Amino acid sequence: MRDDLVELLVEGLQETLFMVVWASLFALLLGSALGITLVVTEKGGILAAPRLNKVIGTAINAVRSLPFIILIVLLLPLARLIVGTTLGPTAAIVSLSIGAAPFLGRIIENSLKEVSSGKIEAAKSVGASPWTIILRVLIPEALPALIRAVTIGVIAITEFTAVAGAIGAGGLGSLAIRFGYQRFREDILIATVILIILIVQIIQWSGDSIAKSVIRKRFKLE
Amino acid sequence: MILVENLTKSYKSSGGPVTALENINLRIQKGDIFGIIGFSGAGKSTLIRCLNRLEEPDSGTVEIEGLRITDLDEKELRMARRKIGMIFQQFNLLDSKTVFQNVAFPLKVAGVPKPQLAERVREILDLVQLGDKENVYPSQLSGGQKQRVGIARALVNEPDVLLSDEATSALDPQTTYSTLELLKDINRQLNLTIVLITHELDVLQHICRNMAVIEKGRIVETGTVDKFFLQPESDTARRFVSIIDHYRRERTVLEGAGAGI
Repeated sequence: MRDDLVELLVEGLQETLFMVVWASLFALLLGSALGITLVVTEKGGILAAPRLNKVIGTAINAVRSLPFIILIVLLLPLARLIVGTTLGPTAAIVSLSIGAAPFLGRIIENSLKEVSSGKIEAAKSVGASPWTIILRVLIPEALPALIRAVTIGVIAITEFTAVAGAIGAGGLGSLAIRFGYQRFREDILIATVILIILIVQIIQWSGDSIAKSVIRKRFKLE
Repeated sequence: MILVENLTKSYKSSGGPVTALENINLRIQKGDIFGIIGFSGAGKSTLIRCLNRLEEPDSGTVEIEGLRITDLDEKELRMARRKIGMIFQQFNLLDSKTVFQNVAFPLKVAGVPKPQLAERVREILDLVQLGDKENVYPSQLSGGQKQRVGIARALVNEPDVLLSDEATSALDPQTTYSTLELLKDINRQLNLTIVLITHELDVLQHICRNMAVIEKGRIVETGTVDKFFLQPESDTARRFVSIIDHYRRERTVLEGAGAGI
């Protein structure tokens, strides 16, 4: 492999990581807000508002039912509004964050729902406010499940960045398409694939170890 | 004193509304240990959960130490709950927190400053004999120890009332006994009113002074525990007591025949 190709790969890798980190951060913020809202507003929840719950649920389902590549196209005007362009990794972060947030919202919702209603009642019985219950009971009790959920979410975002590469986001996905598909450069195709696999493995491994260390602390399991 | 008047609660179900509590009236004196016994599905859990409004009654009033619990708004209710401790069958401790942090939780909620908080938590942990376990997580405790953490958490805010929702039902007989002894001690030391629901006669016999029998959402009998065992009036009370009577008769027969048991 020639030096300029190594340079291309390094640049692609940097762009991919840049997108994954920022998109994950924003999607996590948005997704947490969605997930927590879904859990507390459901029927019998600590801030029950079934109608709001239904509206948010339906909106999430609507966004999730769109293929991601179409969602990116739909969100291009928003990307232009926020970052001034529709091309490059920074613009892609807008679409990636908003595209992944509903998915993260759902898996965060599922993790939070695992917290037994008895624990929430115990907190209520000592006079805890809904906010206190969210911050000191729901999130800490669900933490191992939340970490695993976020791991799945970050991996999904990594896959999305590769898709976004097809329509001008840059990164490894774009390299694979431009060189591997359009110029029949199999060496680059294989190199990008290996890099993406490595990124996903590292994310999964990190998520698993963090979740495990939390569980080990609480339950003294090996 | 706890005063319950005309308390009614029903649930919606597919087959129309189901009455869980019907016109409940109770008067529980300060410092009493009051037992509510009933078979499963009788409505005893709903009743005790209406006392601190973990479940909202449809109508009727609950008054605790002169405060109308059923008139309070959300914020006032949260303040009132600080003075109503509750313990649960499944303990409901937080796995993410150590014993110390679990017991400190109600104090944090109440905004107690740190030095005072630590002192109070250690004091109450000593009372339930868990002073050496403060840095341990609940998963490493036995059932009895978990319930003692639950009791410490319920008492740390110095409540007027302790509600016990089948708190010993998940414990073995030995542990049940020592947990009840602990509650009895606390009742004596702090003059704390205890309301407990149970389906176990043992529990009534060990610690309760007064009691009510609940059946199909209605109180069918109230009075002292002695009267319940000696002169049960309602069908439900007789059904409960007959279980003991049966063995007492058998024993008398066996002893009369000179047989060893």
